[in-house]
Amino acid sequence: MRAHSQSLDRRSFLKRSAAALGAAAFVPVRVAQSAPDAKDAPAFRFAYISDSHLYAKDLNDRFARALMRAVDDVNNLDPQPDFVFYGGDLAQLGQAHELELGAQILKNLKAPLKIMVGEHDWYLDMGAKWRELYGEPTYSFDHKGVHFVVLMSVVEADFWTKRGLTPMQRMLTVAGLDNGVQSSFTVGAEQRAWLQKDLEKLPNNAPLIVFSHSPLYKLYKNWNFWTDDADEVQAILKRFERVVVIHGHTHQILTNRIGNIHFHGLLSTAWPWPYAPQGMPELTIQMSRPDPFNPNDGCGDGEVLVHADGLVDKVYSLWNRNPITVAKGYTASGGKECVPPKPNRPSY
Amino acid sequence: MSSDTKRAIAIVACVVVAGVLVGCLERPKQAQAPAAIAADHMAQWKQRNPDQANRWVEEERERHKIQPPADNSPLLKAEQGKSHVYGNYSERDVLMWGRETEKLVVEGSRIFHSADRLGGTIGVSCDMCHPDAANTHPETYPKFQAQMGRVALLRDMINWCIQHPVRGKALAPDSPEMRAVEAYILAQRKGIALDYGKH
Repeated sequence: MRAHSQSLDRRSFLKRSAAALGAAAFVPVRVAQSAPDAKDAPAFRFAYISDSHLYAKDLNDRFARALMRAVDDVNNLDPQPDFVFYGGDLAQLGQAHELELGAQILKNLKAPLKIMVGEHDWYLDMGAKWRELYGEPTYSFDHKGVHFVVLMSVVEADFWTKRGLTPMQRMLTVAGLDNGVQSSFTVGAEQRAWLQKDLEKLPNNAPLIVFSHSPLYKLYKNWNFWTDDADEVQAILKRFERVVVIHGHTHQILTNRIGNIHFHGLLSTAWPWPYAPQGMPELTIQMSRPDPFNPNDGCGDGEVLVHADGLVDKVYSLWNRNPITVAKGYTASGGKECVPPKPNRPSY
Repeated sequence: MSSDTKRAIAIVACVVVAGVLVGCLERPKQAQAPAAIAADHMAQWKQRNPDQANRWVEEERERHKIQPPADNSPLLKAEQGKSHVYGNYSERDVLMWGRETEKLVVEGSRIFHSADRLGGTIGVSCDMCHPDAANTHPETYPKFQAQMGRVALLRDMINWCIQHPVRGKALAPDSPEMRAVEAYILAQRKGIALDYGKH
Protein backbone atom coordinates (compact mmCIF):
# COMPACT_ATOMS: atom_id res chain seq x y z
CA MET A 1 0.00 0.00 0.00
CA ARG A 2 1.34 3.46 -0.92
CA ALA A 3 1.12 6.75 0.92
CA HIS A 4 -0.36 9.51 -1.18
CA SER A 5 1.67 12.39 -2.49
CA GLN A 6 -0.70 14.90 -0.87
CA SER A 7 0.46 13.79 2.52
CA LEU A 8 4.20 13.73 1.75
CA ASP A 9 6.62 16.60 2.25
CA ARG A 10 8.18 18.29 -0.78
CA ARG A 11 11.43 16.33 -0.78
CA SER A 12 9.85 12.89 -0.67
CA PHE A 13 7.29 14.03 -3.18
CA LEU A 14 10.06 14.89 -5.64
CA LYS A 15 11.74 11.55 -4.95
CA ARG A 16 8.48 9.76 -5.57
CA SER A 17 7.83 11.76 -8.75
CA ALA A 18 11.23 10.76 -10.07
CA ALA A 19 10.41 7.13 -9.34
CA ALA A 20 7.08 7.56 -11.06
CA LEU A 21 8.82 8.83 -14.20
CA GLY A 22 10.58 5.49 -14.38
CA ALA A 23 7.19 3.84 -14.61
CA ALA A 24 5.93 6.47 -17.05
CA ALA A 25 4.18 3.89 -19.19
CA PHE A 26 1.10 3.77 -17.00
CA VAL A 27 1.43 5.98 -13.94
CA PRO A 28 0.67 9.39 -15.52
CA VAL A 29 -2.48 8.01 -17.14
CA ARG A 30 -3.78 6.69 -13.84
CA VAL A 31 -2.93 9.88 -12.00
CA ALA A 32 -4.70 11.93 -14.64
CA GLN A 33 -7.81 9.83 -14.28
CA SER A 34 -8.08 9.50 -10.57
CA ALA A 35 -5.91 12.03 -8.72
CA PRO A 36 -7.92 14.26 -6.42
CA ASP A 37 -7.92 17.97 -7.06
CA ALA A 38 -4.60 19.41 -5.81
CA LYS A 39 -6.25 22.64 -4.60
CA ASP A 40 -8.45 20.57 -2.36
CA ALA A 41 -5.93 18.47 -0.45
CA PRO A 42 -7.40 16.05 2.10
CA ALA A 43 -7.43 17.15 5.73
CA PHE A 44 -6.44 13.72 7.07
CA ARG A 45 -6.62 10.07 6.23
CA PHE A 46 -7.41 6.78 7.87
CA ALA A 47 -6.77 3.21 6.75
CA TYR A 48 -9.25 0.36 6.61
CA ILE A 49 -9.26 -3.43 6.88
CA SER A 50 -12.45 -5.49 6.63
CA ASP A 51 -14.19 -8.86 6.37
CA SER A 52 -11.42 -11.26 7.42
CA HIS A 53 -13.78 -14.14 8.32
CA LEU A 54 -11.31 -15.83 10.64
CA TYR A 55 -11.50 -19.47 11.59
CA ALA A 56 -9.13 -20.95 14.18
CA LYS A 57 -5.57 -20.66 12.84
CA ASP A 58 -5.01 -24.42 12.84
CA LEU A 59 -8.21 -24.98 10.82
CA ASN A 60 -7.61 -22.27 8.23
CA ASP A 61 -4.28 -20.49 8.10
CA ARG A 62 -5.10 -18.65 4.85
CA PHE A 63 -7.62 -16.20 6.30
CA ALA A 64 -5.44 -15.51 9.37
CA ARG A 65 -2.40 -14.84 7.17
CA ALA A 66 -4.45 -12.51 4.98
CA LEU A 67 -5.41 -10.37 8.00
CA MET A 68 -1.75 -10.35 9.12
CA ARG A 69 -0.79 -9.13 5.65
CA ALA A 70 -3.32 -6.29 5.89
CA VAL A 71 -1.96 -5.30 9.31
CA ASP A 72 1.55 -5.20 7.79
CA ASP A 73 0.27 -3.08 4.89
CA VAL A 74 -1.22 -0.53 7.27
CA ASN A 75 1.80 -0.54 9.57
CA ASN A 76 4.04 0.18 6.58
CA LEU A 77 2.14 3.35 5.66
CA ASP A 78 4.41 6.34 6.07
CA PRO A 79 3.22 8.62 7.50
CA GLN A 80 0.85 6.54 9.61
CA PRO A 81 -2.90 7.06 9.17
CA ASP A 82 -4.76 8.86 11.98
CA PHE A 83 -6.57 5.63 12.81
CA VAL A 84 -7.49 2.24 11.32
CA PHE A 85 -11.12 1.33 10.77
CA TYR A 86 -12.12 -2.35 10.86
CA GLY A 87 -15.34 -2.95 8.86
CA GLY A 88 -16.81 -6.06 10.53
CA ASP A 89 -16.89 -9.86 10.01
CA LEU A 90 -13.65 -10.35 11.88
CA ALA A 91 -14.77 -13.95 12.66
CA GLN A 92 -16.40 -16.51 10.37
CA LEU A 93 -18.68 -18.22 12.90
CA GLY A 94 -18.64 -15.79 15.83
CA GLN A 95 -16.70 -18.20 18.03
CA ALA A 96 -14.81 -16.77 21.01
CA HIS A 97 -11.50 -18.19 19.78
CA GLU A 98 -12.03 -16.66 16.32
CA LEU A 99 -12.74 -13.20 17.74
CA GLU A 100 -9.80 -13.53 20.11
CA LEU A 101 -7.48 -14.50 17.25
CA GLY A 102 -8.66 -11.42 15.37
CA ALA A 103 -8.12 -9.18 18.38
CA GLN A 104 -4.64 -10.63 18.84
CA ILE A 105 -3.68 -9.90 15.20
CA LEU A 106 -5.24 -6.42 15.23
CA LYS A 107 -3.29 -5.59 18.41
CA ASN A 108 -0.20 -5.32 16.22
CA LEU A 109 -1.55 -2.20 14.49
CA LYS A 110 0.52 0.87 15.27
CA ALA A 111 -2.34 3.34 14.71
CA PRO A 112 -5.43 3.36 16.98
CA LEU A 113 -8.22 0.95 16.00
CA LYS A 114 -11.91 1.79 15.50
CA ILE A 115 -14.03 -1.31 14.94
CA MET A 116 -17.52 -2.19 13.66
CA VAL A 117 -19.43 -5.45 14.10
CA GLY A 118 -20.63 -7.72 11.28
CA GLU A 119 -23.20 -10.51 11.25
CA HIS A 120 -20.49 -13.22 11.36
CA ASP A 121 -19.26 -11.76 14.67
CA TRP A 122 -22.68 -11.65 16.27
CA TYR A 123 -25.12 -14.51 15.73
CA LEU A 124 -23.49 -17.31 17.75
CA ASP A 125 -23.75 -15.61 21.14
CA MET A 126 -25.72 -12.50 20.08
CA GLY A 127 -22.71 -10.26 20.60
CA ALA A 128 -21.64 -11.39 24.08
CA LYS A 129 -17.99 -12.01 23.17
CA TRP A 130 -17.90 -8.94 20.92
CA ARG A 131 -19.08 -6.68 23.75
CA GLU A 132 -16.51 -8.20 26.08
CA LEU A 133 -13.73 -7.32 23.60
CA TYR A 134 -14.89 -4.02 22.13
CA GLY A 135 -17.85 -2.67 24.12
CA GLU A 136 -21.10 -1.44 22.57
CA PRO A 137 -21.26 -1.86 18.79
CA THR A 138 -23.06 1.48 18.22
CA TYR A 139 -21.07 4.62 18.97
CA SER A 140 -19.85 7.92 17.58
CA PHE A 141 -16.70 10.03 17.81
CA ASP A 142 -15.26 13.27 16.47
CA HIS A 143 -11.94 13.55 14.69
CA LYS A 144 -10.43 16.77 13.30
CA GLY A 145 -13.81 18.40 12.81
CA VAL A 146 -15.53 15.37 11.25
CA HIS A 147 -18.31 13.53 13.10
CA PHE A 148 -18.09 9.73 12.75
CA VAL A 149 -20.95 7.32 13.50
CA VAL A 150 -20.57 3.53 13.75
CA LEU A 151 -23.83 1.56 13.40
CA MET A 152 -24.76 -2.06 14.02
CA SER A 153 -26.71 -2.50 10.77
CA VAL A 154 -27.06 -6.30 10.80
CA VAL A 155 -30.00 -6.67 13.20
CA GLU A 156 -32.12 -9.62 12.02
CA ALA A 157 -35.67 -10.43 13.15
CA ASP A 158 -35.87 -13.71 15.12
CA PHE A 159 -36.09 -16.59 12.63
CA TRP A 160 -34.51 -19.15 14.96
CA THR A 161 -36.84 -19.59 17.97
CA LYS A 162 -39.77 -20.93 15.97
CA ARG A 163 -37.49 -23.33 14.14
CA GLY A 164 -35.81 -24.45 17.34
CA LEU A 165 -32.32 -23.75 15.98
CA THR A 166 -29.27 -24.08 18.22
CA PRO A 167 -26.97 -21.02 18.46
CA MET A 168 -24.55 -22.66 15.98
CA GLN A 169 -27.36 -23.51 13.54
CA ARG A 170 -28.48 -19.87 13.75
CA MET A 171 -24.91 -18.71 13.11
CA LEU A 172 -24.46 -21.05 10.14
CA THR A 173 -27.75 -19.82 8.65
CA VAL A 174 -26.67 -16.18 8.90
CA ALA A 175 -23.17 -17.06 7.64
CA GLY A 176 -24.58 -18.34 4.33
CA LEU A 177 -24.83 -15.29 2.06
CA ASP A 178 -27.43 -16.99 -0.16
CA ASN A 179 -29.29 -18.67 2.72
CA GLY A 180 -32.93 -17.60 2.42
CA VAL A 181 -34.03 -18.81 5.88
CA GLN A 182 -32.56 -15.74 7.60
CA SER A 183 -34.19 -12.31 7.86
CA SER A 184 -33.13 -9.06 6.22
CA PHE A 185 -30.63 -6.75 7.90
CA THR A 186 -31.95 -3.69 9.70
CA VAL A 187 -30.62 -0.86 11.84
CA GLY A 188 -33.81 -1.02 13.89
CA ALA A 189 -35.99 1.58 15.61
CA GLU A 190 -33.86 1.73 18.75
CA GLN A 191 -30.65 2.66 16.90
CA ARG A 192 -32.48 5.01 14.56
CA ALA A 193 -33.71 6.94 17.63
CA TRP A 194 -30.16 6.91 18.97
CA LEU A 195 -28.83 8.20 15.63
CA GLN A 196 -31.39 11.01 15.52
CA LYS A 197 -30.33 12.10 18.99
CA ASP A 198 -26.61 11.71 18.29
CA LEU A 199 -26.83 14.01 15.25
CA GLU A 200 -29.18 16.52 16.90
CA LYS A 201 -26.55 19.13 17.79
CA LEU A 202 -24.79 19.09 14.41
CA PRO A 203 -25.46 21.89 11.91
CA ASN A 204 -26.60 20.88 8.41
CA ASN A 205 -23.18 21.62 6.93
CA ALA A 206 -21.28 19.43 9.43
CA PRO A 207 -18.90 16.92 7.83
CA LEU A 208 -20.37 13.49 8.63
CA ILE A 209 -19.13 9.95 7.95
CA VAL A 210 -21.32 6.96 8.84
CA PHE A 211 -20.05 3.37 9.00
CA SER A 212 -22.41 0.43 8.54
CA HIS A 213 -21.54 -3.20 7.87
CA SER A 214 -24.28 -3.68 5.27
CA PRO A 215 -24.75 -1.06 2.57
CA LEU A 216 -27.24 1.51 3.92
CA TYR A 217 -29.36 1.18 0.81
CA LYS A 218 -31.28 -1.53 -1.03
CA LEU A 219 -29.07 -3.28 -3.55
CA TYR A 220 -29.84 -7.02 -3.62
CA LYS A 221 -32.07 -8.58 -1.01
CA ASN A 222 -31.15 -12.24 -1.58
CA TRP A 223 -27.58 -11.69 -0.39
CA ASN A 224 -28.42 -9.06 2.24
CA PHE A 225 -26.55 -6.49 0.14
CA TRP A 226 -29.38 -4.57 1.70
CA THR A 227 -30.65 -2.76 4.79
CA ASP A 228 -34.38 -3.12 5.17
CA ASP A 229 -34.93 0.21 6.94
CA ALA A 230 -32.40 2.07 4.74
CA ASP A 231 -35.05 4.60 3.69
CA GLU A 232 -35.72 5.55 7.31
CA VAL A 233 -31.99 5.89 8.07
CA GLN A 234 -31.44 7.95 4.91
CA ALA A 235 -34.32 10.21 6.00
CA ILE A 236 -32.45 10.97 9.25
CA LEU A 237 -29.35 11.91 7.21
CA LYS A 238 -31.26 13.95 4.66
CA ARG A 239 -30.91 17.40 6.26
CA PHE A 240 -27.11 17.32 5.97
CA GLU A 241 -25.47 18.93 2.95
CA ARG A 242 -23.32 15.87 2.38
CA VAL A 243 -22.81 12.53 4.10
CA VAL A 244 -20.38 9.69 3.38
CA VAL A 245 -21.45 6.13 4.21
CA ILE A 246 -18.73 3.48 4.24
CA HIS A 247 -19.82 -0.15 4.44
CA GLY A 248 -18.31 -3.64 4.53
CA HIS A 249 -20.09 -6.94 3.71
CA THR A 250 -19.92 -6.69 -0.11
CA HIS A 251 -16.18 -7.53 -0.51
CA GLN A 252 -15.79 -5.49 -3.72
CA ILE A 253 -15.38 -2.05 -5.25
CA LEU A 254 -18.82 -0.53 -4.87
CA THR A 255 -19.81 3.11 -5.37
CA ASN A 256 -23.22 4.74 -5.08
CA ARG A 257 -24.81 8.09 -4.51
CA ILE A 258 -28.36 8.75 -3.36
CA GLY A 259 -29.01 12.49 -3.14
CA ASN A 260 -26.69 13.94 -0.50
CA ILE A 261 -25.29 10.53 0.54
CA HIS A 262 -22.10 9.16 -1.04
CA PHE A 263 -21.56 5.40 -0.52
CA HIS A 264 -18.32 3.43 -0.67
CA GLY A 265 -17.69 -0.30 -0.10
CA LEU A 266 -14.67 -1.97 1.51
CA LEU A 267 -12.47 -4.79 0.23
CA SER A 268 -12.27 -8.06 2.14
CA THR A 269 -9.01 -9.73 3.15
CA ALA A 270 -10.58 -13.21 2.77
CA TRP A 271 -12.35 -13.45 -0.59
CA PRO A 272 -14.14 -11.22 -3.13
CA TRP A 273 -17.90 -11.57 -3.71
CA PRO A 274 -19.36 -11.55 -7.22
CA TYR A 275 -21.41 -8.48 -8.11
CA ALA A 276 -25.15 -8.75 -7.47
CA PRO A 277 -27.09 -9.96 -10.52
CA GLN A 278 -29.47 -6.99 -10.28
CA GLY A 279 -29.79 -3.61 -8.60
CA MET A 280 -26.21 -2.45 -9.28
CA PRO A 281 -25.76 1.31 -8.74
CA GLU A 282 -24.95 3.21 -11.94
CA LEU A 283 -21.88 4.88 -10.39
CA THR A 284 -20.13 1.58 -9.65
CA ILE A 285 -17.30 0.76 -12.02
CA GLN A 286 -17.05 -2.94 -11.32
CA MET A 287 -13.70 -4.58 -10.80
CA SER A 288 -13.03 -7.28 -13.36
CA ARG A 289 -13.55 -10.89 -12.39
CA PRO A 290 -10.96 -12.02 -9.83
CA ASP A 291 -8.48 -14.70 -10.90
CA PRO A 292 -9.58 -17.96 -9.25
CA PHE A 293 -6.00 -19.20 -9.45
CA ASN A 294 -4.75 -16.42 -7.16
CA PRO A 295 -6.40 -16.47 -3.72
CA ASN A 296 -5.37 -12.85 -3.10
CA ASP A 297 -6.81 -11.41 -6.30
CA GLY A 298 -9.76 -9.12 -5.65
CA CYS A 299 -8.83 -8.93 -1.94
CA GLY A 300 -7.00 -6.14 -0.15
CA ASP A 301 -7.35 -3.22 2.23
CA GLY A 302 -7.12 0.53 1.70
CA GLU A 303 -7.23 4.12 2.77
CA VAL A 304 -9.81 6.87 3.05
CA LEU A 305 -8.62 10.44 2.41
CA VAL A 306 -11.01 12.78 4.19
CA HIS A 307 -11.52 16.34 2.92
CA ALA A 308 -12.52 19.28 5.09
CA ASP A 309 -16.09 19.18 3.74
CA GLY A 310 -16.40 15.52 4.79
CA LEU A 311 -16.28 14.00 1.30
CA VAL A 312 -13.60 11.36 0.73
CA ASP A 313 -11.23 9.86 -1.81
CA LYS A 314 -11.69 6.13 -1.35
CA VAL A 315 -8.57 4.09 -2.12
CA TYR A 316 -8.95 0.38 -2.86
CA SER A 317 -5.48 -1.14 -2.35
CA LEU A 318 -5.90 -4.42 -4.20
CA TRP A 319 -3.23 -6.99 -3.43
CA ASN A 320 -2.82 -8.35 -6.94
CA ARG A 321 -3.63 -5.22 -8.97
CA ASN A 322 -2.93 -1.52 -9.19
CA PRO A 323 -4.74 0.43 -6.49
CA ILE A 324 -7.93 2.15 -7.61
CA THR A 325 -9.04 5.49 -6.21
CA VAL A 326 -12.66 6.58 -6.33
CA ALA A 327 -12.04 10.30 -5.85
CA LYS A 328 -14.46 12.71 -4.19
CA GLY A 329 -14.85 14.45 -7.55
CA TYR A 330 -16.31 11.26 -9.04
CA THR A 331 -19.28 10.94 -6.70
CA ALA A 332 -19.61 14.74 -6.33
CA SER A 333 -19.94 15.17 -10.12
CA GLY A 334 -22.33 12.25 -10.42
CA GLY A 335 -19.76 10.23 -12.36
CA LYS A 336 -18.77 12.91 -14.89
CA GLU A 337 -15.30 13.76 -13.54
CA CYS A 338 -12.36 11.84 -12.04
CA VAL A 339 -13.64 8.59 -13.57
CA PRO A 340 -11.78 5.55 -12.16
CA PRO A 341 -10.19 3.11 -14.66
CA LYS A 342 -12.55 0.67 -16.36
CA PRO A 343 -11.91 -3.10 -16.38
CA ASN A 344 -10.94 -5.02 -19.53
CA ARG A 345 -12.64 -8.26 -18.49
CA PRO A 346 -16.27 -8.82 -17.52
CA SER A 347 -17.10 -9.22 -13.85
CA TYR A 348 -19.91 -11.80 -14.39
CA MET B 1 -22.41 -77.33 15.64
CA SER B 2 -23.44 -78.01 19.23
CA SER B 3 -26.74 -79.70 19.99
CA ASP B 4 -27.91 -76.51 21.76
CA THR B 5 -27.37 -74.49 18.58
CA LYS B 6 -29.23 -77.10 16.51
CA ARG B 7 -32.13 -76.98 18.93
CA ALA B 8 -32.21 -73.17 18.76
CA ILE B 9 -32.27 -73.23 14.94
CA ALA B 10 -35.11 -75.77 14.98
CA ILE B 11 -37.16 -73.57 17.33
CA VAL B 12 -36.60 -70.46 15.22
CA ALA B 13 -37.57 -72.39 12.05
CA CYS B 14 -40.82 -73.60 13.67
CA VAL B 15 -41.73 -70.07 14.77
CA VAL B 16 -41.11 -68.69 11.27
CA VAL B 17 -43.20 -71.40 9.59
CA ALA B 18 -46.02 -70.83 12.08
CA GLY B 19 -45.86 -67.13 11.45
CA VAL B 20 -46.10 -67.56 7.67
CA LEU B 21 -49.08 -69.95 8.06
CA VAL B 22 -50.91 -67.49 10.32
CA GLY B 23 -50.15 -64.74 7.81
CA CYS B 24 -51.60 -66.81 4.94
CA LEU B 25 -54.73 -67.57 6.88
CA GLU B 26 -55.26 -63.93 7.82
CA ARG B 27 -54.71 -62.45 4.36
CA PRO B 28 -58.19 -63.03 2.90
CA LYS B 29 -59.76 -61.35 5.93
CA GLN B 30 -57.82 -58.09 5.31
CA ALA B 31 -58.58 -57.82 1.60
CA GLN B 32 -57.02 -54.38 1.38
CA ALA B 33 -56.01 -52.72 -1.87
CA PRO B 34 -52.24 -53.04 -2.43
CA ALA B 35 -51.89 -49.27 -2.63
CA ALA B 36 -53.46 -48.85 0.82
CA ILE B 37 -51.12 -51.42 2.31
CA ALA B 38 -48.12 -49.71 0.72
CA ALA B 39 -49.32 -46.33 2.00
CA ASP B 40 -49.74 -47.76 5.48
CA HIS B 41 -46.23 -49.20 5.43
CA MET B 42 -44.86 -45.92 4.15
CA ALA B 43 -46.61 -43.99 6.92
CA GLN B 44 -45.14 -46.36 9.51
CA TRP B 45 -41.69 -45.95 7.99
CA LYS B 46 -42.00 -42.17 7.96
CA GLN B 47 -43.03 -42.22 11.59
CA ARG B 48 -39.97 -44.24 12.47
CA ASN B 49 -37.66 -42.14 10.24
CA PRO B 50 -38.96 -38.58 10.50
CA ASP B 51 -35.70 -37.05 9.24
CA GLN B 52 -35.33 -39.17 6.14
CA ALA B 53 -38.75 -38.91 4.57
CA ASN B 54 -37.65 -36.68 1.65
CA ARG B 55 -37.87 -33.62 3.86
CA TRP B 56 -34.35 -32.82 2.74
CA VAL B 57 -35.55 -31.63 -0.65
CA GLU B 58 -38.04 -29.17 0.88
CA GLU B 59 -35.54 -28.04 3.48
CA GLU B 60 -32.81 -27.35 0.96
CA ARG B 61 -35.21 -25.51 -1.31
CA GLU B 62 -36.18 -23.30 1.60
CA ARG B 63 -32.53 -22.53 2.39
CA HIS B 64 -31.29 -21.87 -1.13
CA LYS B 65 -32.87 -20.46 -4.25
CA ILE B 66 -32.86 -23.30 -6.78
CA GLN B 67 -33.97 -22.89 -10.38
CA PRO B 68 -36.81 -25.28 -11.29
CA PRO B 69 -36.38 -27.75 -14.18
CA ALA B 70 -38.19 -27.14 -17.48
CA ASP B 71 -41.97 -27.55 -17.48
CA ASN B 72 -42.80 -30.52 -19.74
CA SER B 73 -46.56 -30.44 -19.26
CA PRO B 74 -47.19 -29.11 -22.83
CA LEU B 75 -46.14 -32.60 -24.03
CA LEU B 76 -49.38 -33.96 -22.57
CA LYS B 77 -51.63 -31.67 -24.62
CA ALA B 78 -50.70 -32.61 -28.20
CA GLU B 79 -52.60 -35.39 -30.03
CA GLN B 80 -49.82 -37.00 -32.05
CA GLY B 81 -47.86 -38.68 -29.26
CA LYS B 82 -50.78 -40.82 -28.21
CA SER B 83 -50.42 -43.24 -31.11
CA HIS B 84 -46.68 -43.75 -30.51
CA VAL B 85 -45.02 -45.99 -27.99
CA TYR B 86 -42.28 -43.38 -27.60
CA GLY B 87 -44.12 -40.13 -26.98
CA ASN B 88 -47.13 -41.50 -25.19
CA TYR B 89 -46.39 -39.67 -21.96
CA SER B 90 -48.55 -39.61 -18.89
CA GLU B 91 -48.80 -37.01 -16.17
CA ARG B 92 -46.92 -39.44 -14.00
CA ASP B 93 -43.97 -39.44 -16.44
CA VAL B 94 -43.77 -35.65 -16.45
CA LEU B 95 -44.02 -35.47 -12.67
CA MET B 96 -41.35 -38.13 -12.22
CA TRP B 97 -38.91 -36.49 -14.67
CA GLY B 98 -39.25 -33.16 -12.90
CA ARG B 99 -38.92 -34.55 -9.40
CA GLU B 100 -35.96 -36.79 -10.12
CA THR B 101 -34.08 -34.11 -12.05
CA GLU B 102 -34.68 -31.55 -9.36
CA LYS B 103 -33.57 -33.98 -6.66
CA LEU B 104 -30.14 -34.30 -8.27
CA VAL B 105 -29.88 -30.50 -8.45
CA VAL B 106 -31.02 -30.06 -4.84
CA GLU B 107 -28.48 -32.64 -3.69
CA GLY B 108 -25.86 -30.67 -5.64
CA SER B 109 -26.87 -27.52 -3.76
CA ARG B 110 -26.40 -29.32 -0.44
CA ILE B 111 -22.87 -30.39 -1.40
CA PHE B 112 -22.02 -26.99 -2.92
CA HIS B 113 -22.90 -25.31 0.39
CA SER B 114 -21.08 -27.78 2.66
CA ALA B 115 -17.34 -27.85 3.30
CA ASP B 116 -17.80 -31.30 4.90
CA ARG B 117 -19.64 -32.83 1.94
CA LEU B 118 -17.01 -31.41 -0.43
CA GLY B 119 -14.27 -33.03 1.63
CA GLY B 120 -12.78 -29.61 2.45
CA THR B 121 -10.23 -29.33 5.24
CA ILE B 122 -10.31 -25.58 5.97
CA GLY B 123 -14.02 -24.81 6.40
CA VAL B 124 -14.41 -23.37 2.89
CA SER B 125 -17.35 -24.28 0.66
CA CYS B 126 -18.20 -23.25 -2.93
CA ASP B 127 -20.90 -20.74 -1.91
CA MET B 128 -18.34 -18.64 -0.02
CA CYS B 129 -17.13 -17.25 -3.36
CA HIS B 130 -20.14 -18.25 -5.48
CA PRO B 131 -23.45 -17.43 -3.74
CA ASP B 132 -26.30 -18.95 -5.79
CA ALA B 133 -23.49 -20.37 -7.99
CA ALA B 134 -22.81 -16.82 -9.27
CA ASN B 135 -19.58 -16.29 -11.21
CA THR B 136 -19.26 -19.99 -12.12
CA HIS B 137 -20.25 -19.35 -15.77
CA PRO B 138 -20.66 -23.02 -16.80
CA GLU B 139 -21.88 -21.79 -20.19
CA THR B 140 -18.29 -20.78 -21.11
CA TYR B 141 -16.85 -24.32 -20.95
CA PRO B 142 -15.04 -25.98 -22.60
CA LYS B 143 -12.42 -23.25 -22.81
CA PHE B 144 -8.67 -22.91 -22.83
CA GLN B 145 -7.76 -22.32 -19.20
CA ALA B 146 -4.47 -20.46 -19.47
CA GLN B 147 -3.56 -21.20 -15.84
CA MET B 148 -3.91 -24.96 -16.49
CA GLY B 149 -2.33 -24.84 -19.92
CA ARG B 150 -5.13 -26.89 -21.48
CA VAL B 151 -8.78 -26.94 -22.41
CA ALA B 152 -10.91 -27.33 -19.30
CA LEU B 153 -14.42 -28.64 -18.77
CA LEU B 154 -16.66 -27.36 -15.99
CA ARG B 155 -15.79 -30.44 -13.92
CA ASP B 156 -12.06 -29.66 -14.24
CA MET B 157 -12.67 -26.25 -12.68
CA ILE B 158 -14.90 -27.76 -9.97
CA ASN B 159 -12.09 -30.13 -9.08
CA TRP B 160 -9.52 -27.36 -9.23
CA CYS B 161 -11.55 -25.36 -6.71
CA ILE B 162 -12.03 -28.42 -4.49
CA GLN B 163 -8.28 -29.06 -4.48
CA HIS B 164 -7.13 -25.47 -3.95
CA PRO B 165 -9.43 -22.96 -2.22
CA VAL B 166 -11.40 -25.79 -0.54
CA ARG B 167 -8.27 -27.91 0.10
CA GLY B 168 -9.99 -31.24 -0.45
CA LYS B 169 -9.39 -34.24 -2.70
CA ALA B 170 -10.48 -34.14 -6.34
CA LEU B 171 -13.77 -35.96 -7.01
CA ALA B 172 -13.91 -38.81 -9.52
CA PRO B 173 -15.54 -37.35 -12.67
CA ASP B 174 -18.42 -39.85 -12.45
CA SER B 175 -18.84 -39.75 -8.67
CA PRO B 176 -22.34 -38.98 -7.32
CA GLU B 177 -20.98 -35.79 -5.74
CA MET B 178 -19.45 -34.46 -8.96
CA ARG B 179 -22.62 -35.27 -10.95
CA ALA B 180 -24.75 -33.45 -8.36
CA VAL B 181 -22.53 -30.36 -8.06
CA GLU B 182 -22.30 -30.08 -11.83
CA ALA B 183 -26.09 -30.42 -12.07
CA TYR B 184 -26.65 -27.63 -9.53
CA ILE B 185 -24.23 -25.21 -11.23
CA LEU B 186 -25.76 -25.85 -14.66
CA ALA B 187 -29.30 -25.49 -13.28
CA GLN B 188 -28.50 -22.11 -11.72
CA ARG B 189 -27.56 -20.68 -15.14
CA LYS B 190 -30.85 -21.72 -16.70
CA GLY B 191 -31.72 -19.48 -19.63
CA ILE B 192 -28.16 -18.23 -20.28
CA ALA B 193 -26.96 -18.88 -23.84
CA LEU B 194 -24.12 -21.37 -24.27
CA ASP B 195 -20.94 -19.60 -25.36
CA TYR B 196 -18.12 -22.10 -25.13
CA GLY B 197 -14.57 -20.78 -25.18
CA LYS B 198 -15.54 -17.39 -23.72
CA HIS B 199 -13.13 -15.69 -21.30
